[in-house]
Amino acid sequence: MAKYRMHLLVCDGTTCHASQSESVKNALQDCLELNNLENEVKVVSTGCFGYCEKGPIVKVLPDNTLYVKVKPGDAEEIVKEHILNGQIVKRLLPTESVAQVYASEGKTPFFDKKQIRIALRNCGFIDPENIEEYIAHDGYQALCKCLTEYTPQQVIDIIKRSGLRGRGGGGFPTGLKWEITAKVKSDQKYVICNADEGDPGAFMDRSIMEGDPHSVIEAMAINGYCTGANKGLVYIRAEYPLAVKRLKVAIDQARAYGLLGKNIFNSGFDFDIELRYGAGAFVCGEETALIHSMEGKRGEPTFKPPFPSEHGYLGKPSNVNNVETYANVPVIINKGADWFASIGTEKSKGSKVFALAGKINNVGLIEVPMGTTLRDVIFKIGGGIKGGKEFKAVQTGGPSGGCLTSHHLDTPIDYDNLIAAGSMMGSGGMIVMDEDDCMVSIAKFYLGFTVDESCGKCSPCRIGNKRLYEILDKITKGEGTMEDLTKLRNLSEVIKDTSLCGLGQTSPNPVLSTLDNFWEEYVEHVVDKKCRAGSCKGLMKYIIDAEACTGCTACARACPVNAISGERKGPHFINQEICIKCGTCMEKCKFNAVLLQ
Amino acid sequence: MVHVKTIEDLKKIKEEFGKRIQVSGKNFDPEKVVQIKVGLGTSGIASGAKEVMNFLRDELEKRNIEALVTQTGDMGYSYAEPTIEVKLPGQPAVVFGKVNIKKADEIIERYIKNGELIDGILPTNYMTI
Repeated sequence: MAKYRMHLLVCDGTTCHASQSESVKNALQDCLELNNLENEVKVVSTGCFGYCEKGPIVKVLPDNTLYVKVKPGDAEEIVKEHILNGQIVKRLLPTESVAQVYASEGKTPFFDKKQIRIALRNCGFIDPENIEEYIAHDGYQALCKCLTEYTPQQVIDIIKRSGLRGRGGGGFPTGLKWEITAKVKSDQKYVICNADEGDPGAFMDRSIMEGDPHSVIEAMAINGYCTGANKGLVYIRAEYPLAVKRLKVAIDQARAYGLLGKNIFNSGFDFDIELRYGAGAFVCGEETALIHSMEGKRGEPTFKPPFPSEHGYLGKPSNVNNVETYANVPVIINKGADWFASIGTEKSKGSKVFALAGKINNVGLIEVPMGTTLRDVIFKIGGGIKGGKEFKAVQTGGPSGGCLTSHHLDTPIDYDNLIAAGSMMGSGGMIVMDEDDCMVSIAKFYLGFTVDESCGKCSPCRIGNKRLYEILDKITKGEGTMEDLTKLRNLSEVIKDTSLCGLGQTSPNPVLSTLDNFWEEYVEHVVDKKCRAGSCKGLMKYIIDAEACTGCTACARACPVNAISGERKGPHFINQEICIKCGTCMEKCKFNAVLLQ
Repeated sequence: MVHVKTIEDLKKIKEEFGKRIQVSGKNFDPEKVVQIKVGLGTSGIASGAKEVMNFLRDELEKRNIEALVTQTGDMGYSYAEPTIEVKLPGQPAVVFGKVNIKKADEIIERYIKNGELIDGILPTNYMTI
């Protein structure tokens, strides 16, 4: 078999594919064969490079040259100039400046990368069940530095200066939280890790615990040193069995290496961690409910203040932070507060992990600097919308967040901007919707979730959300009135103002944001009895065009509920009372006689 | 049992780790063996990454290729699971997506044995720190 001296990587991500990467690939292959190079150079298709707007992309290995917006007609030049003559085709390089750097220094072009991996620095790189590999990636050096070189207050100051804010959604300044817990006097304090990740479609924390559990352990120990706690507790969902297993292995290894236990790094500091399992209730992600659940009580929130920093687990001061927040801490200690603060926006520092899901090509886990726009996340890193459909909305912040539209695409993502836009950061789930999604149904879906997950302690949340759900259900069935829309808004405001905890205070957000951004769609449902996305079955009707129908009986035979009747070779019709709107008849009809109204 | 008590202890582990890697009790020079990492997060496992990992371990041994196959966490490419990273001696690591048994076989025969890249590479589009 031939050994290839060069490879041409052609991006075959969905977007590049749509912009003719296939023809580019074929053209390159043809040119190679024409020049008898097919045994020396191989053309390979790859996944998305994340620069979809510049596609199709061709990368030449081993010299790493990146060509953008390559057309089939450019193939000849690439083969002749680059491969045969060793000359770079400058006009196909990414930017002017890169082309210039090339000309002056002959360096490999550096293409500005959209993602930076801080919290995910080890995730997907190291073996999570091997502590030595974590140590080989500078693991536990931050803990050592804190215990042997800094006072607790110095560490707190570093975290404060870094500008790190809680990654669980609220965005409370982490250093300040640590300081408050540290200042409370008590014989016993606790460090708690909130690993109760519950947003639909979110898996950031799970991936960190599965991929880099030691970073969480190390950060919890650092927090224990700062706040004066010698006991750490991880509250994790039992439905994350792999994360539980890897955390357990990691804790055992850390104990075996003396990195948990007594007198860590000969500093006199003792610290150990235990796991507490949650049964998967969304409300237990709220810190007071989480603490009650850990105590063996019902997972119900209580009024704050007192905050857990003063009165937490078993009544003792407890510092609660989320998994991703902790995962950032060791890096901040190792690389310094200034380094961390240099990334991100004025008020939101560092990076944020997002789980991209929904109608997007590159579903997965990404980490971007704060301040990256939604457009970059969805259309560049995410590779755009599936099937080339129209982008409609993106839901950030899960059931507590809101739906943002194409108007918000250029909003730089940070805590404050998302709130100003009517959504929130949340823990980092990002669900992308296209033209086939009905926004009323989406609001109904999220309300269904909160109704299920409401603990029932306070009336606004327990009763109010149920009523919101019922009104939305009525609208999707085509029975809504304009009054209902006013009622939706008023009730939402009341629930927001009067609910006890974060769950109820934010649960109407999907309703409010869709009312604000997709008002016409609500009105269409109510007034025109129409669902433009075609997803509200209550508003749809399949009918048979009597003139087009040939009476072949294909639809009648396929109908699962026998709703179609008619004579053979005569026109058929659908009994709307029986029809379940599955659309099978439409698929089966060869004469386009079945219509959707 | 190793007890880490000083920064030197940590540095020693780091240094040692870079120098040798152990496969079933034997020491290997990381510069000389093929290193493969299989993304074994929940999404990877759900898409069949464990079977791929077992296949790679068995087949590389059968085909007399000295290789170290380890697990790692989620690489982030959920749309292309299972994902594996292959590092040939002296070369940059390459990530392959949608690796089933057939693809794994192709990777061994064409990339590992011959250095020939095959379709389905996932380009790195992030900076690490």
